Amino acid sequence: MKERYEIILAGSGGQGLIVCGMMLGEAAILEGKNVVQTQSYGIASRGGFSKAEVIIDRDEIIFQQVQKPDLVLALTEEAMEIYASGSPEIPVFYDTTLLKTRSGENLYGFPFTEMARELGHTGTANMIALGVMSAVTGLVKMESLAAVINKRFSGKVAEMNIKALNLGLALAAK
Amino acid sequence: MVETAKLIQGNQAIAEGAIYAGARFFAGYPITPSSEVAEECSRRMPRVGGVYMQMEDEIASMGAIVGASLAGVKSFTATSGPGFSLMQENLGFAVMAEVPCVVVNVQRSGPSTGLATKPAQSDIMQVRWGRHGDQIVIALSPSSVKECFDLTVQAFNLSEKFRVPVILAADEIVAHMRENFTPPAPGELQVIDRKKPTVPPEQYKPFEPESDGIAPLAAYGSEYVFHVTSSMHGPEGVSNNNPANATWKVSQLHKKLELYRDEIVLTKTFDVEDMDILLVAFGAVTRAARAAAVEARKTGIKAGVLQLVTVWPFPDRELAQLAGRVKTVVVPEMNYSGQVAGEVRRVLGPDPDIKQVNKFNGQIITPQDILKAII
Repeated sequence: MKERYEIILAGSGGQGLIVCGMMLGEAAILEGKNVVQTQSYGIASRGGFSKAEVIIDRDEIIFQQVQKPDLVLALTEEAMEIYASGSPEIPVFYDTTLLKTRSGENLYGFPFTEMARELGHTGTANMIALGVMSAVTGLVKMESLAAVINKRFSGKVAEMNIKALNLGLALAAK
Repeated sequence: MVETAKLIQGNQAIAEGAIYAGARFFAGYPITPSSEVAEECSRRMPRVGGVYMQMEDEIASMGAIVGASLAGVKSFTATSGPGFSLMQENLGFAVMAEVPCVVVNVQRSGPSTGLATKPAQSDIMQVRWGRHGDQIVIALSPSSVKECFDLTVQAFNLSEKFRVPVILAADEIVAHMRENFTPPAPGELQVIDRKKPTVPPEQYKPFEPESDGIAPLAAYGSEYVFHVTSSMHGPEGVSNNNPANATWKVSQLHKKLELYRDEIVLTKTFDVEDMDILLVAFGAVTRAARAAAVEARKTGIKAGVLQLVTVWPFPDRELAQLAGRVKTVVVPEMNYSGQVAGEVRRVLGPDPDIKQVNKFNGQIITPQDILKAII
């Protein structure tokens, strides 16, 4: 189990990347970790490059920004261009509904948005992504993410997000 | 109930810190990157019996918190560059009329509307000298979510104790950052309330300092009826153009803070015991400096960090004492001109080698940026 993770969630404004980063951070807190989540965005509330960063560590997190990502989620071509060209060891997860398919050992393309649409709401795409990313890398436990979902949402919304999380988990098994 | 760690944003911690400190009035005009302070207050103030007031602009916001404070309620506002500029006139009023209040300035890139969503530390001199007239101002600068909370409480305490406006000079990085944070239990942090008059109403002089140098402040609407003016005034609060009175008044505004200088000036140090290089930082950049010091030590360079928790009054003695041990001082800050580096030069004179690391394009200073100046 790694002691420290640096994660980049990149795409465009309105894709829910910051909420996604917050939920990941909240899950890590449940596991007793320190978390710093930062964000960078432009002046538009929709569209434009947007990025959430999450650092999870057993120890104190001194510098607050990601310097060497262990994991990337890319939801736009622009984000992919920026981060896929990095180290070939860094796993990059991306949405094949929104981006063209690429090949590479570190590239994990899944149709998150299409799967979310089938589930009933495209807003759950990020949860599918968090599910598969956590399952593949051991970032946080599924139970922690489920606990965060149940704390944040209730009723049908919570139910749908749990389903999304499980879809992500199932993708990892493939 | 024991509070558990939550993922909390800096701006949210500022709002919660204010409520913890006893603030029950917020007036503001939301502006990036401070808007979440207003947002949080709009939700939380009504629940704690306080008032959230959305104003038409920042001039009115500052006026409203001065008024509310004079009515006896701990008050604050939050803004960024353009709004902070508009607040200067009424902020000066608060200085002259000795009205306790807290102004949160979440610094963003300028000049003018600049890069609205990007961080900067370029208001440091505006915080100090933004108003006309001679005065001292207290400004604190947080580097983490925890410090956003703690220093907001501290800002209210200093403000209440000394009857002065206090500025929380945050930056976009800490304001928008989220960290795991456990809010302190009630009573865990000290909360100071302003001194109230003990004399009968007819004997009350609103601007007459007691032996501690501070005048008690009654509340508007109470049995104490008093006059407040931004013009030169005597202990009774009415206009007074006598030169002797002006000498007394301007001196008193300075002396009441000079007297308590050591209580106001807060700093933190990291790895300074055996250092050869001193990094002087404040706000979020403290973290890059600390990380740079850790990295430098891996290459055998002994670097230490002085964090200016209080930016104004400038921690001159603390800096001079530490800088005496080193040949090189490095000042990283997110502005072009080196607003704090200039102060460091003023304090240390020409002897040490003072290097600046400046970034002013909305991007964050990294440990590597600082290391380049060290190695």
